[in-house]
Amino acid sequence: MAEFFTDTNLGIFLVILGKTLLLILPIVTSLAFLMYGERKIWAAVQLRKGPNVVGAFGILQSFADFIKYIVKEVVFPAGADRVVFLLAPMISVVMAVIVWAVIPFGDGWAIADINVAILYVFAISSLEVYGVIMGGWASNSKYPFLGSLRSAAQMISYEVSIGLIIIGIIISTGSMNFGDIVNSQAGDYGLLSWYWLPHFPMLILFFISALAETNRPPFDLPEAESELVAGYQVEYSSTPFMLFFLGELLAMVLMCALTTLLFFGGWLSPIPGLPDGLLWMVGKMFLVFFAFSMIKAITPRYRYDQLMRIGWKVFLPLSLIWVVLVAFLAKFEAFGGAYARWAIGG
Amino acid sequence: MTVAAFAFYVFAITTITGGFFTVVSRNPVHSVLWLILAFLSAAGLFVLLGAEFIAMLLIIVYVGAVAVLFLFVVMMLDVDFAELKAEMARYMPLALLIGVVLLMQLGMAFGAWTEADQAQALRGAVTPTDTQNTAALGLLIYDKYFLLFQLSGLILLVAMIGAIVLTLRHRTDIKRQDILAQMYRDPAKSMELKDVKPGQGL
Repeated sequence: MAEFFTDTNLGIFLVILGKTLLLILPIVTSLAFLMYGERKIWAAVQLRKGPNVVGAFGILQSFADFIKYIVKEVVFPAGADRVVFLLAPMISVVMAVIVWAVIPFGDGWAIADINVAILYVFAISSLEVYGVIMGGWASNSKYPFLGSLRSAAQMISYEVSIGLIIIGIIISTGSMNFGDIVNSQAGDYGLLSWYWLPHFPMLILFFISALAETNRPPFDLPEAESELVAGYQVEYSSTPFMLFFLGELLAMVLMCALTTLLFFGGWLSPIPGLPDGLLWMVGKMFLVFFAFSMIKAITPRYRYDQLMRIGWKVFLPLSLIWVVLVAFLAKFEAFGGAYARWAIGG
Repeated sequence: MTVAAFAFYVFAITTITGGFFTVVSRNPVHSVLWLILAFLSAAGLFVLLGAEFIAMLLIIVYVGAVAVLFLFVVMMLDVDFAELKAEMARYMPLALLIGVVLLMQLGMAFGAWTEADQAQALRGAVTPTDTQNTAALGLLIYDKYFLLFQLSGLILLVAMIGAIVLTLRHRTDIKRQDILAQMYRDPAKSMELKDVKPGQGL
């Protein structure tokens, strides 16, 4: 029986299918509750009640929304490019889902534990911009087009600095595999040996870039309601809109996972002696998610030229300098090898 | 058919389909989208060859950056399709001629392709064994051929400076944004607060 699952094509396929379902179902289900939680957090900050009608404490609100999205009619704008118009939200959500194939939730607990995992994540998240551009263009309308141009420019700009920040981590680890990255953060000092301490400036930059990359407030310029109505998704309704929405939310949860893996030691336990495991990973992701939500609740929106200026004139030079600095510190194993985990066997 | 062979045929057919529709699509935006599909399946072929690093770079650089710029430019072009088609018909014979010549050259080159027995042994850039291909590439580019790598970087730098010099013109007749002046503006100097009594106005 064991050979069936390791040697035959059908067996391997079934195993991968099982792993995929095991990963995707909890994530997609948790999105409903994350959305609810996020709305409750904003409501609490703004002294409102938030969703409180559907189910106990409004906990089923997301499911009610889901049914509403599904049963509504899909409206095509006149003169829209129908194929591209429908393809755009699909790309958006598919790209957001397939990234999870390489994200590990425990030591070796990834569907595909590949060598270039972090490059894969970077490559796929650079594809997410196509959903936005295609959606804006195919709508055949001015506001979505302007919104998609803005959004695309913003995502490309901040991808550059995210890439450079990741390079710093790769230099410190000497590998692009998530398992290696997390395991190299293990140490005798628990949470003090994670990368957030040696790479602290980059943690701040990464967090802000992640907000901009996923079009979250204070950088939600693509959908700046006051000037662009809702950016590239103006003409979308019903299920296609929900797909865009899901894609965006998934991309943000992915950023939570990335922050956890790169800077907060993934599944490692913060206190030496306690067992490592899945719960730590999920708990850390929730904390990062909470931070994202709070940022949305308490910050005003940036102006577009300020956003571009910060991306290209502040973040890019800073992260570039940091890469050079980390390469230098790693080469000479400064601070007891804190920047060269491959050298000290951490 | 093994899984790898099946995946190869899927990627190969998608690459060719993507390339074909890039050429024949009427709408330039669709052309770019087909081109992106071709890039993606080419990356798939690289993965099958075991060159996962190159595959990821292909996606990041070509699909994530270059093709986005293509798409930007093409989307904003105001193209008259009828005129474009008339133009195409005019230059069709020339294009066909070039295509046929290229095809014949390729056929001649690959038809007479032989590899000497000692070719593998004489290779200059021997792939380092027992290491991941990311590390192997790093060893070749940054250690063995460091100078050549730096030189190619210089060539790109010159090209970049050239492009900037060609397009840079400083216009004096427009109003420019002065970021520092904006940031250090004194609110007290630029606005005045008035207490307006109800029913009176200013």
